[in-house]
Amino acid sequence: MASTALSPRRTRRGRAGDGARRPIRRHAPWTPYAFMAPFLIIFVTFVAAPAVFGVWMSLHDWDYMLPEKPFVGFDNYLNLFDPASAAFEMFWNGIQATAVFTVASVPLLVAIPLGLAVLLNRRFAGRTFFRAVFFMPYVLGVAVVGLLFRFILDPNIGVINAAIDAVGLDSVLNAVGIGTPIPWITAQPWAWISLVVMTVWWTLGFNTIIYLAGLQDIPSELYDAAKVDGASRWQQFRYVTLPGLRAVLLFVVVITVLASANMFGQSVLVTGGGPGDSTRTALMVILGEGLESFRMGSAAAMSYLLAVFLGIVSIVNVLAVRGRRQST
Amino acid sequence: MNHHRPSLSHPLSRRRFLSATGALGAGAFLSACGGGSASPDSEPAGADTPASDTYDGPNVELEFWNGFTGGDGPFMQDLVDTFNSEHDNIAVKMTVMEWADYYSKLPAAVSSGRGPDVGIMHIDSLPTNAARGVIMPLDDVAAALNLQASDFADAVWSAGEYDGQRYGIPLDVHPLGFYYNKTVMEEAGLDPDNPPMDRDSYEAALEQLKSAGIKGHWMSPHPFTGSMTLQSLIWQFGGSLFNDDGTEVTWHEDPGVQALTWMVDAIHNDYSPTDVGQDADAIALQNGQAAFNWNGIWHINSLKEVSGLEWGVAPLPNIGGTQAAWAGSHNFVLTKPRRPDENKLNAARVFVNWVSKQSLAWAEGGQVPARTSVRESEDFQALTEQAAFAEQVEYLHFPPAVPGISDAFADFDQALNEAVLLTKEPAQALEQAAQRAAKKLEENRDKYSG
Repeated sequence: MASTALSPRRTRRGRAGDGARRPIRRHAPWTPYAFMAPFLIIFVTFVAAPAVFGVWMSLHDWDYMLPEKPFVGFDNYLNLFDPASAAFEMFWNGIQATAVFTVASVPLLVAIPLGLAVLLNRRFAGRTFFRAVFFMPYVLGVAVVGLLFRFILDPNIGVINAAIDAVGLDSVLNAVGIGTPIPWITAQPWAWISLVVMTVWWTLGFNTIIYLAGLQDIPSELYDAAKVDGASRWQQFRYVTLPGLRAVLLFVVVITVLASANMFGQSVLVTGGGPGDSTRTALMVILGEGLESFRMGSAAAMSYLLAVFLGIVSIVNVLAVRGRRQST
Repeated sequence: MNHHRPSLSHPLSRRRFLSATGALGAGAFLSACGGGSASPDSEPAGADTPASDTYDGPNVELEFWNGFTGGDGPFMQDLVDTFNSEHDNIAVKMTVMEWADYYSKLPAAVSSGRGPDVGIMHIDSLPTNAARGVIMPLDDVAAALNLQASDFADAVWSAGEYDGQRYGIPLDVHPLGFYYNKTVMEEAGLDPDNPPMDRDSYEAALEQLKSAGIKGHWMSPHPFTGSMTLQSLIWQFGGSLFNDDGTEVTWHEDPGVQALTWMVDAIHNDYSPTDVGQDADAIALQNGQAAFNWNGIWHINSLKEVSGLEWGVAPLPNIGGTQAAWAGSHNFVLTKPRRPDENKLNAARVFVNWVSKQSLAWAEGGQVPARTSVRESEDFQALTEQAAFAEQVEYLHFPPAVPGISDAFADFDQALNEAVLLTKEPAQALEQAAQRAAKKLEENRDKYSG
């Protein structure tokens, strides 16, 4: 394969006199597929085939250990819309929790990293250091972050509430109607606030890096031209930076929505799905249904419904960003 | 859903991860002192077991899987090592993984023929795995081992049976018990050698602690330890979680409401703070912020590590009127092989029998031996703390042996959480949870009957 890839250059040089009329064949017709084959095999084995199998599964009352796997048609799906079924309340509470988290976290995870990236793109002493600092939490595993925050945020023995007491902030909070100690992980809305803030701190580095790469692709001539035209800093950001980042922005929004909709570890580790089941996300519900209660057909149906929702959301995202391009 | 702790059986798989992490420290400590614990001479002069004591077949290798990721792991490894050195023709290879992983991985491994030969399961997981064909009946093993019902506590022995057959050989029981911080009790003017053991004196002690500015008993809204506390209380108040054949949920009846109300009232009366975090109740006892904590027996070794801590243990105080305590139990199981191998089976019998007799060494890892003969031996009585827990053996309770019964515990735990976090009234929380759980039990009946 290596020789196929290298040879066209030599060939072209050899024939340099011929002129470039005829398109020169640079590779065999199957070369691209050969290069993609390793990935394709893995993709088919571990993603495509299980996905198709999952559809089949979702039409059955499926437990792979039981000899009987009765065909139930669309019952698993219909159950999710039938308030009398065991899965109904659990599933929709999970979807609701996932939705709350996504709506609360995505705007922050899109906006804050953008601001950070713009700042970190300027020249100043220690720039590399700060870039590393903001990216660093992202390299931690969710287990580390989760355990860390569970103890930091503990309402009675946590560091944060102790610090609030120590600096006398509690009287300020009480004055504005917030009771202390603050139940960071055991009451709403605090549990959501904690999970969102923790997730933003943990993952903002990733989006920041993507934005930074995008910013460095915007030609500096555009800024020079804008300055000549008398554009203010804000106008430069609005009319040069943002349009230049449109493709990156779309990517970040789509990726972040999907990542937030897949939220799992933070809830598991920090709140355990509580208080009540308010932070038990769709993924936690699906895992419990499929691998703890072994109702895999039902769990597969839940996954597909969730996938359809996420597909719709992603399409809306793409359309929204595209629409904006046409209007500007 | 019962699979999630290092040493006990319980709820959501993710939680057990937490406890496992909590037990890491204990693991380090225990491995340091675990070396000499598995003395081969410590066999009790129990039942004389004929054939299953020896194995003369060709060399076999046994895979042994379990979830002892906590402080108990090194103790089991020691036992396995000793066993291997004493048995030339049997090589046991122990693989440890998180309980949650273990319970989801094991069925897949068994069905693909790559499972272990011997495993450990919590008693409430036996029926589910029996119904799903993961493990096989052990009646012949029990008979060959000459195991007698009389050598085991009733609840443990009968909970290992499903559908008229035996599926587990009990290794230990791990009950909930009463930990108290002696220093804190003294500060509040209580007698540290005489902890309160009934409702009146318990509440009086909490009142006295309160006037000394101490919230005596932190009520956990989490499965660990709140759910185990609530279960114990429900039995104490004369109720139960399910009816006897496990077809109906009964935790929302009067005793359940009384039990949960007692926990919630402790918060209203300032005996407990609100919003207790996961494990915070245990840490509060260690830090001297609380006087009492109802916790599992596995907690003994964690507390022993805390230098300068003056603490004691006792059976659970009798709050509800009937003595009762939550417990889990580890059981040996044999997985269903694709091709039965008589030699492996015989070797497995020898192994299970041998370890079962060594359960005194296992007790040092923080468990109560399942065998009465071991439990009543002087050597075990010398393990003061464990022996205090063992007093409860006669009144421990386990869930009915119904496949999928553990699915209901997610709802039970949620009710506890909502009530103890004061977002719902106890009666309402229990009632709603019971309705949800009843649907699951019904679906499970269909599933496992067909």
